[in-house]
Amino acid sequence: MNSLLKTVQRTSGKILSVYYTAGFPKLEDTISDMQAMADKGVDFVELGMPFSDPLADGPVIQQASTQALANGMGLKRLFEQLKQFNGTLPLPVLLMGYLNPVLQYGPEQFCRDARQAGVAGLILPDVPFSEYNSLLKELMQRYGLHFVFLVTPTTPESRIREIDAVSTAFIYAVGASSTTGTRTAIEERAVFLRRLYQMKLKTPLITGFGINDQSSLGQAWKYTSGAITGTAYIRLRMMHDDPHKALDKLFQQLGIQPEKTI
Amino acid sequence: MNIHPDDRGYYGAFGGAWIPELLQANVSELEGSYRSIIASKGFQEEFRHLLKDYVGRPTPLFFAGNLSEHYGTRIYLKREDLCHTGAHKLNNVVGQALLARRMGKEHIVAETGAGQHGVATATVCALLRLPCTVFMGKKDMERQQLNVLRMRMLGAEVQEVTSGSQTLKDATNEAIRYWINHPLNTYYLIGSTIGPHPYPDLVASLQSVISREITTQLQEKENKEVPDYVVACVGGGSNAAGAFFHFIGNGVTRLIGAEAAGKGVQSGETAATITLGSEGVLHGTRTLIMQDDDGQISEAHSVSAGLDYPGIGPLHAWLSQSGKADYMAVTDKEALQAALRLTRLEGIIPALESAHALAILEKIRPDKQQVLVICLSGRGDKDMDTYQKYADRL
Repeated sequence: MNSLLKTVQRTSGKILSVYYTAGFPKLEDTISDMQAMADKGVDFVELGMPFSDPLADGPVIQQASTQALANGMGLKRLFEQLKQFNGTLPLPVLLMGYLNPVLQYGPEQFCRDARQAGVAGLILPDVPFSEYNSLLKELMQRYGLHFVFLVTPTTPESRIREIDAVSTAFIYAVGASSTTGTRTAIEERAVFLRRLYQMKLKTPLITGFGINDQSSLGQAWKYTSGAITGTAYIRLRMMHDDPHKALDKLFQQLGIQPEKTI
Repeated sequence: MNIHPDDRGYYGAFGGAWIPELLQANVSELEGSYRSIIASKGFQEEFRHLLKDYVGRPTPLFFAGNLSEHYGTRIYLKREDLCHTGAHKLNNVVGQALLARRMGKEHIVAETGAGQHGVATATVCALLRLPCTVFMGKKDMERQQLNVLRMRMLGAEVQEVTSGSQTLKDATNEAIRYWINHPLNTYYLIGSTIGPHPYPDLVASLQSVISREITTQLQEKENKEVPDYVVACVGGGSNAAGAFFHFIGNGVTRLIGAEAAGKGVQSGETAATITLGSEGVLHGTRTLIMQDDDGQISEAHSVSAGLDYPGIGPLHAWLSQSGKADYMAVTDKEALQAALRLTRLEGIIPALESAHALAILEKIRPDKQQVLVICLSGRGDKDMDTYQKYADRL
């Protein structure tokens, strides 16, 4: 699990992470997509735990979540699937989702099972910084999991500093104030990322939301350590049965050679 | 009795602001300004003026003689159905729209279930010349066509929501998403005591005009300030919050919320959130919600679009858990029967939502001398299709 740390602290930067939804398009694709991402040299994945009401996601990821749920995906099923790797996943994995399923599963049980599965950390956008301390902080430490916070152009500098102080892996820079999958003004994102860069935070930054072409990726790589792309991949995955093929198309769309990310 | 949440937005274990960082700035801005703006003299003057001359307040407290005789007790109806636009929803909308304007917001976004909140929002936005966008589930648009027409005539942009169950829950998701994508100049005008702190407190405070008026009116009519019962329907819980507000924890008044059982609490097609729900987080608040073992939110069902919501305001979750109010489930059929009864006995066609509160009369046995106040939250014009279908089956 320290490989996530090693990855994000890589001084050369140019990290590429891909988000995909567990159990989409077919239930067993949780595994096939993870394997494909490892094969293709993706640095780490954000594995989406589908939720019925994904507030911070756009329509494409919601559609993938709805289908995954219809396929029977759920947290118990997800941890079952991950067992086949015997605790060593083919690349660093962060689980990304919403609080309610984790609450129902039981936060401690969830952390224990995630740790056992070899998961590196957790992103729960609807757990605000202020609630994190009482609900999850101690569990994250006990089970050696990273918790990743989001910062946006509207986050005050004081909170960015507080988040920097408690972050253990990286900070997720939301390129613009928007749900995932919207095209954001290039300039707005550049201003924000430059501002973050100039803050000289101790924690590496990785940019997500709206990474869907060469210029958005270029910006993310210029000002931060890496980029996370989600909606662009899900769209391609809807068109291609083979995740390798979808990833090839993704790299093409982002204007990169797969080798560059290794 | 303190019926405001604590500084972090909690009523006991319920409430808070469980929102993504994308919304923090918006919610903090609202949280930091709503109390002082609402308390200001200028706001209060404008708000009271509009409540009186535009909304039509105070609404009457009507002694329902025939209904009282039928049940052998003293029943008053708080006539929120006589508010402009036909429901209590306007009280909240007038207050929040004035607040939005004072905060310098230029665009209003709202969700709606039955369309009453959407119509109220479109109405006040026309009055205050604010552009507005209303999100409404496709299913609700089909069963509440009249309200869709009203909103459009008033100049609102009505956005059809086709995700999920295509009802209030999904309209709320889309309204919040729109807010995330337009964070700077948009005000999210939520229609019930749900959502992240400070919305539940804000909406309850604005609706508390209902119980304040009841207090004065009962004094005139019964020479007492406190009724023995207050009954109101609960979807998200705004008219109930307003009707209960000044009576919570007074040691005398029994507060009863009527939630929608749909086809029956155990039928799988229900919106009986307090009866069936468990603790969870939905739409930014920690409350009781209907969910499956995996924490996925269940689809609610009720014949009444306004009660078709799988969550409940955190205030009500707390009132229920602490025993300060009781919540009972009323089926579609019981509500329809109660609506017909009121219509025939008093010449008032109630909204289907309010009919759930009326159905509680079949479930309690008050004494002859006791005084009941039922919040008649809305009128039934919008439900004529449903009533017609039901009447055809009789």
